[in-house]
Amino acid sequence: MTLSLGKKITFYILLIISALLLAGPMLMAIVMSFMTNQDILSGSLPTALTFDNYIAAFEKFPLMKFLLNSFIVSTVIMLGQLILASLAAYAFVFMEFKGRDLLFFIFIGTMMVPFEASVIPNFHIIRDLNWIDTYPGLTVPFFATAFGTFLLRQNFKQIPKELREASLIEGIGDFKFFLTVVLPVAKSSLITLGAYGFLTSWNMYLWPLLATTNDSVRTVQIGLKQLQTQEQLNDWGMIMAGAVTVIIPTLILLFLGQKRLQKGLTEGAIK
Amino acid sequence: MSMTSPIIETNESYLKKVEKVHKQNRIKSLLKGLLFLLPSIILFGVFVFYPLFRTIYLSFFLTDAKGATTVFVGWEHYVNMFTDPIFLKSIKNTFLFVIYTVPVTVIISLFLAVIANEKLKGIGFFRTIFSSTMGVSVAAASVFWLYLFNPTMGLLNEFLQMFELDPIGWLTDPKWALISVAVTTIWMNVGFTFLILLGGLQSIDSSLYESADIEGSSYFYKLRRITIPLLSPTLFFVITVSIINSFQTFGQIDILTQGGPANETNLIVYSIYREAFVNYQFGSASAQAVVLFIIILIMTAIQFKVGERRVHYQ
Repeated sequence: MTLSLGKKITFYILLIISALLLAGPMLMAIVMSFMTNQDILSGSLPTALTFDNYIAAFEKFPLMKFLLNSFIVSTVIMLGQLILASLAAYAFVFMEFKGRDLLFFIFIGTMMVPFEASVIPNFHIIRDLNWIDTYPGLTVPFFATAFGTFLLRQNFKQIPKELREASLIEGIGDFKFFLTVVLPVAKSSLITLGAYGFLTSWNMYLWPLLATTNDSVRTVQIGLKQLQTQEQLNDWGMIMAGAVTVIIPTLILLFLGQKRLQKGLTEGAIK
Repeated sequence: MSMTSPIIETNESYLKKVEKVHKQNRIKSLLKGLLFLLPSIILFGVFVFYPLFRTIYLSFFLTDAKGATTVFVGWEHYVNMFTDPIFLKSIKNTFLFVIYTVPVTVIISLFLAVIANEKLKGIGFFRTIFSSTMGVSVAAASVFWLYLFNPTMGLLNEFLQMFELDPIGWLTDPKWALISVAVTTIWMNVGFTFLILLGGLQSIDSSLYESADIEGSSYFYKLRRITIPLLSPTLFFVITVSIINSFQTFGQIDILTQGGPANETNLIVYSIYREAFVNYQFGSASAQAVVLFIIILIMTAIQFKVGERRVHYQ
């Protein structure tokens, strides 16, 4: 399908206008984060560019610690989800036992329980385990994932059953087959799920707000909220520097994995 | 399975043995299967199913500040809830918020997906930009828009000033606050919705368009007769997910308005949060959570039901 020149120009104009509108708030934040506070307050265009806002955000605020905390929390959740979801998906695809379908149904059923609706007992559980202000408290509740199990199950199903039968004859056990055959074949779905898990964990808000009471394991999202509320002077340049710092890791992840995420999420959505 | 025995057996005892081995194998495979599933089952049990039943249980009690039950009150929380003007407003505004956000998000994302599905040079760049808000966290997005909505410095009021219009108290005027939170939410959700819709568009068989081209169909005819019908399963998925997401809105409100002004933006999850973790009324907060759960349950059930029908018709 080739487009006429006129149509091409129309499309480019639409694309450029949409891109500017959509990226507008982000561009504004990035520009502001390099502006002096004087320029911001007087509402002028930047007269000078400076790194001062970033330096201030990192010096006046434990931003580095928050970033590290977020990195640890997101990585641990990502790994936990990958391990649990791939084990469960393997059982649902390659093992036959009574009640398998019922169990799968129950797994899918957990998608109907929004975390927000069960947050009160969850908070009490974490508190009673003495897990407030700890990494386990921020991560363990999110290890089991129905979406991830479902996504990997779709992918594992494409592995020929004959492969498992052949390996059975050679006397290869389930766990070895899982590690040496299934996981390497499903690498790309694992990466998709991993990226998605990291992204959503990094951006989590309600749970870290409840499960942290001090800076020790506080994640960067809650740190950003603090930066915004504690900053009495309306130092918007510094706040924006903080916000831009927060979104850089996920934006990089998204730019690298956009095609894969799109493919993986669409498969999970449509099939 | 090698279980040849030198002894000649009667048919019956042989069958019994086979059955026994089969049974052993069944138990063995059940145990093995459970072993792979156990970590997920335990965590779902502790962090999903137990809290769900506990929430229902708590909704019939008064609790102390630590969350231990004190007095059984039966349906009282539910009765109070549906006569409490603040909660009724919260429910009404939550539904309003869904109506404000979902159609606009889907229409904008669909438009973006359609124009980003053309084979043009540099289209990858635009796709990246359009999906970028998916990488922006609630906290960061809210901070961006908090500035845009700023009554004196914010860009939105500066634009209004340029056209000599009166400034608007985007987050402080009860007429505008919910709309402002909705705008922020739409902006945040466009990235994900766009990405899914683009995937849906790309899975449409291109030969359909080619034959339509041969027949000389117009661009909008193709859009209406090929794209939209074939995209309908994806559209349906995206609409359901957006509705569920809208019901779960929390972070934007916590940063932008804290439920104000005059409870205009006190949407249901924020209302639960405030009742439980600010007022320590875990009983009545749980009753609200049960309402939220039922709403989401109905939405998901519809998704599964219609999704299932779609598969049958294919």
